[in-house]
Order: sequence, then structure tokens, then C-alpha cells
Amino acid sequence: MLKLDNVHKIFHPGGVNEKVALRGVTLHVRPGDVVTIIGSNGAGKSTLLNVVAGVYEVDTGKVILDNQDITRWPEHIRAAHIGRVFQDPLRGTAASMTIEENLALALRRGRPRRLRRGITQAERQLFKERLALLGLGLEDRLTTRVGLLSGGQRQALTVLMATIATPKILLLDEHTAALDPRTAATVLELTERIIARHRLTTLMVTHNLAQALHTGNRTVMMHEGRIILDLYGPEREKTTVADLLKMFEQASGNAFTYDRVLLSGS
Amino acid sequence: MSLSIWLGSLEQGLLWGAMVLGVYMTFRVLDYPDLTVDGAFTLGAAVTAQYILLGNNPWQAVLGAMICGALAGLITGLLHTGLRVAPLLSGILTMIALYSINLRIMGQANLSLLREQTIFTQVRDITLLGPWGPVLLGLMVVIVVVGLLYFFLQTELGMSVRATGDNEQMIRSLGVNTSTMKLVGLAIGNALVALSGSLVAQYQGFADIGMGIGMIIAGLASVIIGEALVGNHTLFRALLAVIVGSIVYRTVISLVLQLGMPATDLKLLTSLIVVVALAFPLVRQRLGFRSLRLRGEQVAETGQCAQDLSSRRG
Repeated sequence: MLKLDNVHKIFHPGGVNEKVALRGVTLHVRPGDVVTIIGSNGAGKSTLLNVVAGVYEVDTGKVILDNQDITRWPEHIRAAHIGRVFQDPLRGTAASMTIEENLALALRRGRPRRLRRGITQAERQLFKERLALLGLGLEDRLTTRVGLLSGGQRQALTVLMATIATPKILLLDEHTAALDPRTAATVLELTERIIARHRLTTLMVTHNLAQALHTGNRTVMMHEGRIILDLYGPEREKTTVADLLKMFEQASGNAFTYDRVLLSGS
Repeated sequence: MSLSIWLGSLEQGLLWGAMVLGVYMTFRVLDYPDLTVDGAFTLGAAVTAQYILLGNNPWQAVLGAMICGALAGLITGLLHTGLRVAPLLSGILTMIALYSINLRIMGQANLSLLREQTIFTQVRDITLLGPWGPVLLGLMVVIVVVGLLYFFLQTELGMSVRATGDNEQMIRSLGVNTSTMKLVGLAIGNALVALSGSLVAQYQGFADIGMGIGMIIAGLASVIIGEALVGNHTLFRALLAVIVGSIVYRTVISLVLQLGMPATDLKLLTSLIVVVALAFPLVRQRLGFRSLRLRGEQVAETGQCAQDLSSRRG
């Protein structure tokens, strides 16, 4: 489904701010794979997602989606096949527009925007059905401005928007990290439901190690721009959070003191 | 105040209303601080005056003015999307360039339409309408423009333009080329401004090279007044607010002129209205002029952070 072939990405090459974000990442994601990606800050997790989405162009290497080489496709062209949810709930929705307008924009992902009606009655019906599945009561608030919703509601809506026009691949960049624990659990639960329903191939970045092992069928650990661990099948099932922390320590060569991971692992 | 002055304010509010709609389109919908407006307004007037003087139909002149305005907006947009010029500067560059172009079009600083056929001489000839002719004509134009804009902003394309102004990253992740949307928004906005310039030139019977100066601030003041009075909770209300704001602004201007303020002080007054409106947190919160204040605030905040850090270190 998705192949990354020896992808390198350096920011500000040659300058004082030079930062090697990806050094030779090769990843082959099979159809239906739900891959969780972990790693400390600066490991290259977000860069990896952004390279898939086309926000950054790769320096060398190839990005292949569904047997098509999309390495040189600009972001808005790739978007036809890619659904994305960002960490910040404010980034995934247009605050001044209504719930139905946001969904209608999302439903047309990858299609040309013409001088046709922006929302049809049939679509309103579809939005109501899909919103009802979220269980947040949003189906009765189609004409409410998104800016009036809570962060959790907005993020749930963003997940729905990313998947309402079924993407070939779904990219989740720590999409529950900015929410309070209860809301985060709700959003994650409905994300898993939507992924299962549409059998979506997914890449999910997370800082929560327990979440990384429980969600999906495969876990990838990154460190300093490389993939240092790729777990799936029985091997993954045997792995515990403590094991992951140990591997982190080995990889970084010193005692692992990254507090966010420690906290989330406890 | 006599009826004729009230009528005059109403007429002006409607005719300049098209310009305010253009400012609303770029500043509010697209969140693009577009200063092309000053040049595009004069461009509309210049094209119209010259075209009519060449003996053409005044309605064709209106259409020609709109096309030229749209082109001016496209140039500003291309400077930004193609050459990565900052939005504010891209508008200024086009505005300055248009000054020379407008002079070229007119051939002189001022063109009179006194004995020419304009859309207003046509309605003034209808005796049945009495003094209401220009108002009705203005109202008709405004209703058509507001109606078209209202429907446009609810089409797929229009919604994408709105989303580009609201959250560029989000709409790009939904497969929309935001550069194209900015071009569309700027072209429409400046076409409306040029339409207004065309109407105003025909209304007052001349085009003048300086008639567009400060237009952008007058437009902003009108949008602010309108949104404070009418609100902007739905799309229709927001568009209505623009027109109401324009009429109230022109009425206020007529009033202060009546009270004896020199006409040359008007631009100072208009600037002050905008400054006061942007200074009040409550007003600002309600209106949310992001492009005008937020960037300044961000700069201020980063400065603040740097200060905090250095004071902590110290």
C-alpha cells in the first residue's frame, strides 16, 4: 500500500540550524496495516508523516502509494488519497464555518471545486448519520459554527472529516495528545471504530507507549531519523511497555529520562 | 438635515457598498490584507470614464471596469503566490503600479463625464422616479451583487475560498490548491472594488486620479461599523452588515461635513474610527480582525517571551 524507500530529509542543510530529520527510512505498509509510531522528540515521527502527506519534499528516496510514485506530487494533489488529523484540534477544522460546511469540504477531498452547491440535502443526511455514530450529539447541530465546539468535539469531527471520503491512508499525528485523558480515550476509541469500519491503512504517531501497543497491529520505533524497531505479530503481543522503555534506553545509549514517555508509560 | 442629504448618503452608501463588499471579501473572507483596493477603485473609475468618453455604452464600461479590477487582484495574488511576496507588500506594489497605469488610461489627472451618457443620466431621465432614481439603481446593483456573492460563497468553490481564509493548512490537507483560491478571492474582491469605482465615477460625473486614496480604510471602517451594528453570525447577516456599514459610514461623513468639519480632515477621522475600533478588546473580539491585529500581537508576544527568558537568565 505505502512504501517509503530509503527516504532522507535534512532541514536547513549547510546552515547553523541544520537538522537531519530522516536518515534512510524504509517502511513497507501493507493494506489494512495500522502502524503506531513511537520515539522521543526529534526522532522524526512527525517528519515521516509530513513526508507521506507531501508537506515536505524528500531530499532523496521514494514515496510510493498504491504502486504510484507520489514522491514529487504536491500536498494538495496527494490529499486526494490521504486523510490527516493533526495534534492541535484547531488545525483540522475551519472555526468560522459550520459543522456541515466543514464536512462538505472534507467530503470533496481530492475533487475539483466548482460552482456547484456546496452542500446538498442528501449530503446533509449522510452527515447526520455519520455524526450520530460519534455519539456526541453533533448530528443536531449541523449549522453550528465549529469554533463553538470543545477541543474534543472538534478533534472527533476532524477524525470524521479525514475519513468521510475514504482515504487510501490515514495519518494521525498525536491526535489525542492535546486532549484531557477522558476525551482522549473517547476520540481514540471512535478513531479505532472508524478505522475498523473502513479497514483503513493507518499511520499513527503517539507518545503513549501503552496506546502504541494496544492500538493497531504493528509498532514502529524511531530514533534520530531511523526506524530502530518494527514489531508485529506474536513478537509484538509479547512486548510490554517496560520492554519498550528498555529498548529506548539501549537505542539512545543512556538511561531513558524522557519524562513524557515515562509518565505515559506508567 | 434635508431629505436630499439623507438621500445622498443613501446613494453613496450603496454605490461605495460594492467597494466595501470587495474589502470584506479580501480582508474578512480571505483574511488577506489587500491594499490593491486604493488603486483598483481608481482603475474602475478611469476605465469607465475613458470608455464612456470614447462613446460606448455605460453598462459595458461597468463590465470593463470589473474585468480590469479582477486583473489587478490577480496580479497582487500572483505576486504573493508566485513570487512569495508578503500579502501586505504585494497589494502595495500593485496599488503603486496602478497609479501610473490609471494616469496612462486617463491621459490626465481628471476626466469629466458632464455631458456624457452614464447609467445615472439614464435613470434621471425617468420622471416617474423623481429624485429616487439613483437610489433605486444603486439598490438594484447592490441587491444583485450581494445575491451573487451570497450564492457564490456557498458553492464548492466559494466555500473553499472561505476555508482558505479560515484555515489554510486544513483546506490544503483536503486537497485544495490554496494559491488558486487566493487568486479567485482577490480577483472577485478587486472586481467589486472596481465596480464601485465605475459606479462612483458615473454618479459624481468625473474620474480623478486621487479618488481611491484611503479607500481601503473607508472600507474597513464601514465593515467594522456594519458588523458592530448587524453582527456576522450568518453569511447573510455578514453581507447585510457590509451594506449597512457602508450606508452608516457615508451618513456619518455627511453629518460631520454638515457640522462644518473641513472635507480635508475626513481621512484623519476615518483612520481614527478604525484605530478606535481595533483598540477596544471587546469590539475586536467580536469582529476578530485576525489579519490586522493578530500578527502584531504575535510579534508583541514573542518579544515578551524573549524578555521573560532574558530576565530569568539574568
